[in-house]
Amino acid sequence: MTAEIGHFALVLALALALVQSVVPIIGARRRDAALMAVAPAAALAQCALIGLSFAALTQAYVVSDFSIVNVVENSHSLKPMLYKVTGVWGNHEGSMLLWVLILAIFGAAVAAFGRNLPASLKANVLAVQGWVTVAFLAFILATSNPFLRLDPAPYEGRDLNPVLQDIGLAIHPPLLYLGYVGFSISFAFAIAALIEGRIDAAWARWVRPWTLAAWCFLTAGIAMGSYWAYYELGWGGWWFWDPVENASFMPWLAGTALLHSAVVMEKRNALKIWTVLLAILTFSLSLLGTFLVRSGVLTSVHAFATDPARGVFILVILCLFIGGGLTLFALRASTLTQGGVFAPISREGALVLNNIILTAACASVLVGTLYPLVLEGLTGEKISVGEPFFNLTFGPLMVPLLMAVPFGPYLAWKRGDLLAATQRLWFAFAAAIVTVAVVAYATSGGPILAILGVGLAAWLIVGAVSELVSRARFREVGFMVGLRRLAGLPRSTYGTTVAHAGLGMTLLGIVAVTSFQSETITVMKPGDTAAIGRYQITFDGTDRSRGPNYDQLVVHMTARQDGVVVAKLDPSKRFYTVRQMPTTEASIVTHGFSQLYLTLGDETGDGGIVVRMWDKPLVTLIWLGALVMMLGGGLSLSDRRLRVGAPKPARASAAPVAAE
Amino acid sequence: MRRRLAAFAVLAALAGGPALAVQPSERLPDPAQEARARALSTELRCMVCQNQSIDDSDAQLAKDLRVLVRERISAGDSDAEVLDYLVDRYGEFVLLKPRFKSETLVLWLTAPAILILGGGVAFLAYRRRAARAAATPEPGLSAEETRALDRILAGDAPAER
Repeated sequence: MTAEIGHFALVLALALALVQSVVPIIGARRRDAALMAVAPAAALAQCALIGLSFAALTQAYVVSDFSIVNVVENSHSLKPMLYKVTGVWGNHEGSMLLWVLILAIFGAAVAAFGRNLPASLKANVLAVQGWVTVAFLAFILATSNPFLRLDPAPYEGRDLNPVLQDIGLAIHPPLLYLGYVGFSISFAFAIAALIEGRIDAAWARWVRPWTLAAWCFLTAGIAMGSYWAYYELGWGGWWFWDPVENASFMPWLAGTALLHSAVVMEKRNALKIWTVLLAILTFSLSLLGTFLVRSGVLTSVHAFATDPARGVFILVILCLFIGGGLTLFALRASTLTQGGVFAPISREGALVLNNIILTAACASVLVGTLYPLVLEGLTGEKISVGEPFFNLTFGPLMVPLLMAVPFGPYLAWKRGDLLAATQRLWFAFAAAIVTVAVVAYATSGGPILAILGVGLAAWLIVGAVSELVSRARFREVGFMVGLRRLAGLPRSTYGTTVAHAGLGMTLLGIVAVTSFQSETITVMKPGDTAAIGRYQITFDGTDRSRGPNYDQLVVHMTARQDGVVVAKLDPSKRFYTVRQMPTTEASIVTHGFSQLYLTLGDETGDGGIVVRMWDKPLVTLIWLGALVMMLGGGLSLSDRRLRVGAPKPARASAAPVAAE
Repeated sequence: MRRRLAAFAVLAALAGGPALAVQPSERLPDPAQEARARALSTELRCMVCQNQSIDDSDAQLAKDLRVLVRERISAGDSDAEVLDYLVDRYGEFVLLKPRFKSETLVLWLTAPAILILGGGVAFLAYRRRAARAAATPEPGLSAEETRALDRILAGDAPAER
């Protein structure tokens, strides 16, 4: 019965979404307040209905209702409760339901918190949200219904893919979707602006917090996914330029660009047309990501043949929204007025540079991801595009961008002074030089690119922090006054500093682990000792045991440093009985920011087992840096300016100009 | 992230699950040659895997290819010769970094093209606006604004922020 309720709620939500996507637009056209008021009501009710539907599916998983196909295929009565719940979105149908649930939550949030939005803008934004909801609800109901029944119901389910039976599944997809789907709000605002043919600084002030929030979630989602792959898949890598990763990375790159161009628009009323285009592109890339992952087109081109309906359906959605959005843009962009003038060397100029490079970087990821598909489709020729390609195209783009980052905040709006900015960055530059010298000495002249990379990371971190210090003007005003000045700086300033420093941390982690990690693969037997990096690893013994839905072989090891025991490790190999799938559970010990990483390979038959070991210096900085970036976004989001909402345009000119 | 959500479909199909590549028995005795083999391995695709290099994968094919690469290196082939040898047998598909040729022009040149195009558009937009701004000088301050400015400069304006 619950399944039918869930199914019915989805159909009702679709009906409501249809109303939401048509009525408010007519209302906005006719300036009819009653019609426009339909939008928030429909958005809230729709959120409740989709929530009900999601709850119904969750209930089916919790009680292991094996009369539902989706539950049979992805669950098992012996599975731990956490994975029963997370298993709801650990499959195609459920994850699409999560996608629309989050979409509906964002729509409801705009409806609930958007009180200070002009009525017609709010109506149009929610209507555009409604279009997206209609498309995806129709997709679910037509091709991916999670509530289909099975008769006769089997006694037992087929279990969830063992790799997904991890806490990562509880965190990673929801965060990622919050990011993907959050950009739909920026998209809806952009389309609404095009429909109304009007856009001003206040618009940017409304869009920015939504974009920022989505960006924070996406940052965390990608970082979490990367760490999950790192510890779960057991080969010590953290990023593979896999198409599925690229699918989430492209909206991140575009979203980062959008974040920065929205600042220009808000502060200087410039780059309007570009910001609107970027908002459309960012969400288009989110949709493309959803398409690439969900259609199965990446697994193999032939996945289309197994279920062509799904792939074609999402492709149609994709074409409608991207094509429609861009067409509308082409038709209406000229109605948006041009913004203020600025010199090439200025804060605006720096942010334009940021946007150009990020766009090019995003394009390199995009062609790298899609080119093999397109080429095979057109000529039948199969090529591969992998890490070496991206290292050669994406990497060189990042270097000038990262070098330029510390300059941005030092340049004044409208017309900046590069020389003055350079002088004020002398400390960061000196810090980078000293870092390079120290690292070169410590590694006795190791790989030159890696040493320069560490220097670049120092430049980013010190450059970001020194900007705060120079704003406090300790030298001119004295320490105490300086501290007060520091405390009085707007939070968005701290946000910038923190996020840029986080970028430096991530870079440091990436460089350290790619260039300075040690790796050993060896066969070990009980009593053996092997050396890895700074550690000696002793094989103490093995034991076999049984988990709730798997059998496992655990190896006990001791890590010593100069004879002193520093850690006990127990990597294991599991065999999930229902799916007949083996998995390797790595054992990871964190010391400071570095990690010792052990995984098991095959048994050799004579009592030995292959052990692969890594000593990964500063590896955790990769993800900590991302979290710090997210924190920076959060700080910026909590800025009073964004919380109190935008002033009415009429008042804006009279209000005192926000001090920088 | 890698297998992530696609893992729903992908990992089930992936033979052997989590990888553990480069078995001890495969390694070449000469460290310099082994280093070359590792470097080459990261550029070669395990063709039955999802976008994985033969250095990363523990599939049987990847193992065979690793051994093959090491055989060629031991036989005295240069890096380019090893790659040619593999491309002859397995096609361009085996290379994770496609060669620069007419079919891959778009692949290689899109990012630089966007960079140049973006820079060009930004430059032209700047020139056009600067010209327009020069043609229409900004209106001077109104009498009221001048008085307000004088007041501020005289020092009885509210403090900054």
